[in-house]
Amino acid sequence: MNLRRVAVTGVGVVSPLGSNKDRFFQRLLSGENAITKIDAFDTEAFSVKIAGEIKDFDISPYVHPRDSQRMDRFCQFGLVASILCFEDAAIELNDKEKDRFGVIIGSGIGGTDTFTKEVIVLHEKGPGRVSPIYIPKMISNIGAAQVAIRLGAKGISSNPVTACATGTNAIGEAFHRIRFGLEDFMLAGGAEAAINPISLAGFANMKALSRQNDHPEKASRPFDLNRDGFVIGEGAGVLFLEEWEHAVSRKARIYAEIVGYGASTDAFHITLPEPSGQYQASCMRKAIEEAGITIEEVDYINAHGTSTPPNDATETKAIHLLFGERASTLHIHSTKSMIGHLLGAAGGVEAVVTAMTLESGLIHPTINLDTPDPACDLNYTPNHMVKADCRYGLSNSFGFGGHNFSLLMKKAV
Amino acid sequence: MDNKEILEKAKLIIADKLGIGEDEVQESKHFINDLGADSLALVDIIMSLEEAFGMEIPEEDSEKIQTVGQMVEYIAQHGK
Repeated sequence: MNLRRVAVTGVGVVSPLGSNKDRFFQRLLSGENAITKIDAFDTEAFSVKIAGEIKDFDISPYVHPRDSQRMDRFCQFGLVASILCFEDAAIELNDKEKDRFGVIIGSGIGGTDTFTKEVIVLHEKGPGRVSPIYIPKMISNIGAAQVAIRLGAKGISSNPVTACATGTNAIGEAFHRIRFGLEDFMLAGGAEAAINPISLAGFANMKALSRQNDHPEKASRPFDLNRDGFVIGEGAGVLFLEEWEHAVSRKARIYAEIVGYGASTDAFHITLPEPSGQYQASCMRKAIEEAGITIEEVDYINAHGTSTPPNDATETKAIHLLFGERASTLHIHSTKSMIGHLLGAAGGVEAVVTAMTLESGLIHPTINLDTPDPACDLNYTPNHMVKADCRYGLSNSFGFGGHNFSLLMKKAV
Repeated sequence: MDNKEILEKAKLIIADKLGIGEDEVQESKHFINDLGADSLALVDIIMSLEEAFGMEIPEEDSEKIQTVGQMVEYIAQHGK
């Protein structure tokens, strides 16, 4: 099979640090915290009261209110990020090209808020009052569908659901669609809006979340000794992917090249990572093998880095297992230290960060890394950004259920 | 409640569901051809009006309602 090269020629984010990709990246570089007390609803009865909320989201410049009120918040995030991404790609597609333009945007949990509200209607008012919009508003594939409708994308559209690994899973599959010659253009990533009562209660009761309610700015602290869980964030992150020669011929801005996509499964436990880290290591190794490079050429990792005690120690072990002596020379950071864990959207936003990091040579810090954990002994770019020209970078995502995915990107040259 | 009062009350709901100005909701307007509704939006509007006016509109009747005027007239005849 004749494998094709894949360029990242557009990025889009909707995040707790804004929706302007350049300002978002600058705010990450300056180490700005986005974790605050939750404003969206009363958290009095909840053990966790903090999150990475998007406070000022306004969809009205992008979508008619008739349509936006039929979209769950996750879908609104995904659609706006996609519109921004497509604008960023600065491309016009004709009808023939749109037949080979696909959309793979996943959501880890979809329209849970819509679901909850309609369950209450069902109980209080009966089945006859459940909204006719309920199903197409709640189903998690509708994000990809709404983006395809808006952009006229007639190639594949789909919605992987692999918990916290969803965004990376989506981009990896989209990368392969172009690499294997099945599509020429793809818009891919993840969208999530889980800062709502039912999701917060569920994550809190499984003891996955930080309880630093009095110090939200200190709560997300990946790789720090005093980390006590992740902080839920919300938003969306997507990439526009394009067959390399096409991107070059139209003189597109190429943020990075995607060169490898690794996947593995722990086959171990519903929430805990397999503690040796061997399957996370094999996931990263598969991405590197697909690219046909060696570990010596990888300089940078955007870690899954959730701030939960098990994840950060296991991910560190996995990096040691794969990279050996080279592990300590890698630049590693966690975007989640500033915006929290965007669950199904995390891999999307972090892929945007990975591409922009390779392009700029600027690596944002992992904030709140104050007390080193002996189990986390690598260079996580603590508290201050660094300048480093990196050749290849990995972006890791590991989801509940043991779903492991890694993307490997190359600095565009 | 006379037709004018029904229209005033229904207008708010219809305008909200379709994301349009209240002044656009006139009796002569066809929900789908003039106001940008689709069949799903029309069901949504009818359900909201049923709740607002405390009535049930059977499906065989609701399928015949195509304009704002027909809706107002139906509510006037069948509402409480």
